[in-house]
Amino acid sequence: MKILVCVTSVPDTTTKITFTDNNTKFNKAGVQFITGPYDDYALARAVELKEKLGASVTVFNVGEADAEPVIRKCLAIGADDAIRVNAEPIDAYFVAEQIAAVAKETPYDLILMGRESIDYNGGQVHGIVGEMLGIPSISPVMKLDVEGTTAKMTREIEGGKEDIEAQLPLVLGCQEPIAEWKIPNMRGIMTARTKPLKIVQPAGQDSLTAVANYEMPAPRGAVKMIPADEAETLIKLLRTEAKVI
Amino acid sequence: MSVLIFAELDEGKLKKSSQEAIFYGSKVAGMMGTSATAVVIGAADQGELATAGRFGATKVLHAADGKLNEPNGMAYASVVAAAAQQEGAKVVVLAKSSLGDAMAARLAGKLKAGLAPNVIELPDMSSGFRVKTSIYTGKAFAFNELKADVKILAIKKNTIATEETDATATVENFAPSLNDADFALRVTNTEKATGDVLLPEADLVVSAGRGLKGPENWGIVEDLAKALHAATACSKPVSDLDWRPHHEHVGQTGIKVSPNLYIAAGISGAIQHLAGVNSSKVIVVINKDPDAPFFKSADYGIVGDVFEVLPKLTKAVQAL
Ligand SMILES: Cc1cc2nc3c(=O)[nH]c(=O)nc-3n(C[C@H](O)[C@H](O)[C@H](O)COP(=O)(O)OP(=O)(O)OC[C@H]3O[C@@H](n4cnc5c(N)ncnc54)[C@H](O)[C@@H]3O)c2cc1C
Ligand SMILES: Cc1cc2nc3c(=O)[nH]c(=O)nc-3n(C[C@H](O)[C@H](O)[C@H](O)COP(=O)(O)OP(=O)(O)OC[C@H]3O[C@@H](n4cnc5c(N)ncnc54)[C@H](O)[C@@H]3O)c2cc1C
Repeated sequence: MKILVCVTSVPDTTTKITFTDNNTKFNKAGVQFITGPYDDYALARAVELKEKLGASVTVFNVGEADAEPVIRKCLAIGADDAIRVNAEPIDAYFVAEQIAAVAKETPYDLILMGRESIDYNGGQVHGIVGEMLGIPSISPVMKLDVEGTTAKMTREIEGGKEDIEAQLPLVLGCQEPIAEWKIPNMRGIMTARTKPLKIVQPAGQDSLTAVANYEMPAPRGAVKMIPADEAETLIKLLRTEAKVI
Repeated sequence: MSVLIFAELDEGKLKKSSQEAIFYGSKVAGMMGTSATAVVIGAADQGELATAGRFGATKVLHAADGKLNEPNGMAYASVVAAAAQQEGAKVVVLAKSSLGDAMAARLAGKLKAGLAPNVIELPDMSSGFRVKTSIYTGKAFAFNELKADVKILAIKKNTIATEETDATATVENFAPSLNDADFALRVTNTEKATGDVLLPEADLVVSAGRGLKGPENWGIVEDLAKALHAATACSKPVSDLDWRPHHEHVGQTGIKVSPNLYIAAGISGAIQHLAGVNSSKVIVVINKDPDAPFFKSADYGIVGDVFEVLPKLTKAVQAL
């Protein structure tokens, strides 16, 4: 079985987001970059499937050289090799084109992604890739097992979940509790240094969207405190002042 | 040339988020000097479908093939793509939801469209086609220029306040040919809470965290939610501990909500939790620790014990 795991290099979840150049550029100064938390779940499940069933796991990223620490970490966690498409990821369609191009060259049984990136929060790349390859896409997947050429999955739906079976190949967007996040050990970190990381040029240059500028949300007004023994006042204020109930 | 809106059904009724999408789409149509057409897929009666007119759609295309009764992102995307082609639509609007997200992506792939997820305002068409979207999980906004010929807008809840008229939409049967490949998934079991207010659709949300101490204490949370007709939600550790089902978990790695009112009881307000709730209109925080970080992001706060405060609030709501 061949598994492709697509990962993003994104600002740590505690980052205070700021912009420079008159709000046209994300300010990378001082920002700690991590593997997308959902992508981490996808990778962890891929490594578990490799250990259980035998599989090769390839990590894939569209990004510039500064994404390499994240890629190396994925190799340290247990992926076998990596591909980086050397380009700024313009948008979901562009990223999907790159994944589809690689998958057309080397067919994968499973293309695992995160449910969504935590920078642009699109939740779109898996569906677009599925469409480009003409195969099913399923997200968010919280459980995944493979028996022969059949995948058995649980997908979250609004207010519940459903069990799904489908034939490989598939594109999946993953979320917890599909696996536990893995932390690389010393041996993993050492071997990761020598695992192959192939750098390729982008296929296609479609840019269907472009961000003109960014804006920060307006700060919330000061909090109005209500003494605990007058809690019922809150309900009155929600009705007469905030007008939300 | 009309603006096309995918309107989602829940048990035969148009979802509230889809009514918003129809209203939003009709406003976009107005800006473009054209009309709004809604596509509805699955079983629904004519009267219900015609209510799309109240929110500004002049026409409803109803795809009622029995094979489409169960929600299916791939098949539904094919139906909407066929409708877009028939209507010559250049703008497709849908509400964000699990189904809507899956469809938007497949549609973008089919139509090579410029896709804006998490749209929060009407577009600016003064030069080009620019939409404001929420990024970094609500921590910032982007003004995104959609350059492709076809544009897909997935709108967040509470993007627009709907207004209703008494107009009705004409309903046309729509029966595009269906593609077998779109039915490749076999759903073997479905578990869905019924009767509850769905969290992503809810106007009011009562959420609780580890401060509740254990699942056996959720009665006081549910009582307040019931009195308010609100949905219940929880923090990540609460769903990790299996105190509550995963589909109630909000935050960076859970559901993102933007209700009119978010009440947080016994939740500390970690940045990853805030990320999923910070676009709520009004935030109420109840915590026994006056230094809990959540108070900094709240509109109203009560320093107190949830076990005393929540029942008091429930009583006050019941007395309204
Ligand atoms: C400096 C910089 C600037 C950027 N500017 C923009 C911008 O202006 N507009 C914009 O839309 N995006 C921009 N991005 C790209 C963004 O990080 C995403 O890669 C891309 O937009 C897809 O985002 P999404 O939220 O739609 O992905 P989603 O559909 O939410 O992602 C789902 C999954 O797809 C996979 N995936 C997504 N992106 C990648 C990737 N790059 N490589 C490998 N797998 C991936 C992951 O598994 C992810 O969990 C920028 C990134 C960087 C580093
Ligand atoms: C990558 C990543 C992603 C994450 N994603 C999410 C996410 O999506 N959603 C999320 O919620 N978290 C997320 N987290 C976890 C987050 O950092 C916090 O750990 C979590 O939100 C804390 O949950 P809590 O507030 O319920 O618990 P705690 O932090 O333990 O807070 C409990 C609060 O209850 C108060 N309390 C206790 N008893 C009472 C009482 N009797 N009356 C009133 N108040 C009381 C305490 O003062 C305290 O403030 C993520 C973390 C990481 C690293």
